[in-house]
Amino acid sequence: MSNRLINWFKFASPQSFYPLAGKMIPWFWALAAIFLIVGLYISFFVAPTDATQGEGYRVIFVHVPAAWMSMFLYCVMAGWAGIGLALNTRLSGMMAQAIAPTGALMAFLSLWTGAFWGKPMWGAWWVWDARLTSALILFFLYIGFIALQAAIDDARRADKAGAILALVGVVNVPIIYFSVKWWNTLHQGASVSIMKSPTMATTMLWGMLIMALAFWMYSIAVILTRVRAIILEREAHTEWVKALPEVRGESR
Amino acid sequence: MKPRQKRIALIVGGLAALGLAAAFVLNALDSNIAFYITPSEIAAGKAPQNKTFRVGGMVKEGSLTRDNLTVSFVITDTARDVKVTYTGILPDLFKEGKGAVAQGRLNPDGSFTATEVLAKHDENYMPPEAGHAIEQAQKAQQTVAKP
Repeated sequence: MSNRLINWFKFASPQSFYPLAGKMIPWFWALAAIFLIVGLYISFFVAPTDATQGEGYRVIFVHVPAAWMSMFLYCVMAGWAGIGLALNTRLSGMMAQAIAPTGALMAFLSLWTGAFWGKPMWGAWWVWDARLTSALILFFLYIGFIALQAAIDDARRADKAGAILALVGVVNVPIIYFSVKWWNTLHQGASVSIMKSPTMATTMLWGMLIMALAFWMYSIAVILTRVRAIILEREAHTEWVKALPEVRGESR
Repeated sequence: MKPRQKRIALIVGGLAALGLAAAFVLNALDSNIAFYITPSEIAAGKAPQNKTFRVGGMVKEGSLTRDNLTVSFVITDTARDVKVTYTGILPDLFKEGKGAVAQGRLNPDGSFTATEVLAKHDENYMPPEAGHAIEQAQKAQQTVAKP
């Protein structure tokens, strides 16, 4: 018997992680729905109009959570990739592979909503300032990771190549985050950071934070669903996958 | 060292080296990454000659004049000013006392002819009442400051 409450290493094996993820997914979907409804309600009906930007500032409720998620997911993806490289665990590569599309979606969403925000406020859809350019590079890193993994047939080798790309790309994350501090940019500075009190009205801030939570829950739910599919695909030859009721049902 | 520890050391070392290299590169590129230069930098002769570039700062209060579609205003970083002329439509957020970035060329007389003007807003979000109150307070302060 393990003297720990939970034996974390047990869940590092795809066989035990697969049912655990399956049990968690509905909960994360439910939380995502609740946070999204509350978040959108606050964003559109409770939060006041902005003094300078009017109603247009409400893009922030999607833009900022998506941008946060895109950076955070990249760190998590690179973290899994690094663990996979160092410890040679099977699940790590699958997790990294499962995170990439959601990360890419978030990066795209932040760029897209940013363009919609930039045109009415700045007067331009796009500018090549440090923040926007580094965020675009993050999107390309995700796309590159997905493409590289898909280009190599052997899953373990694909994981290794992808992991190196993911780890190299980590350098970009602090550059995105601090770009508005280090250089002159058109993009404004951070409204919310650990170093200072937020420069937003309280209801606006709550709307944004709850939307961020909704994005978290959505991302976890989708990533767990995707990693289950990847586990089934990669472990298709194993006895435990063949014995799964959902797999037996399909082949019948 | 076990092979696993070796790999971890390699990854950590690699990342550290990469971070250091990136820091050096970014440091070297510093002035090229900046989206705009300030009026003080122009005064210090850092503006590129015969090339378009962007100048950014605050639009000086009371400096905006309009003649049909041609507008002229002063961009200031409080230390130095640059007079900008521009023909075209200004973004909605363009206002005296607010941030703006103009792209164009420096004329021999030190004025700046812009081909594009962008508004730069700050990271403060507040309801109109609060914004109004802050504006009033600033105005009151200014009238006190110049008797």
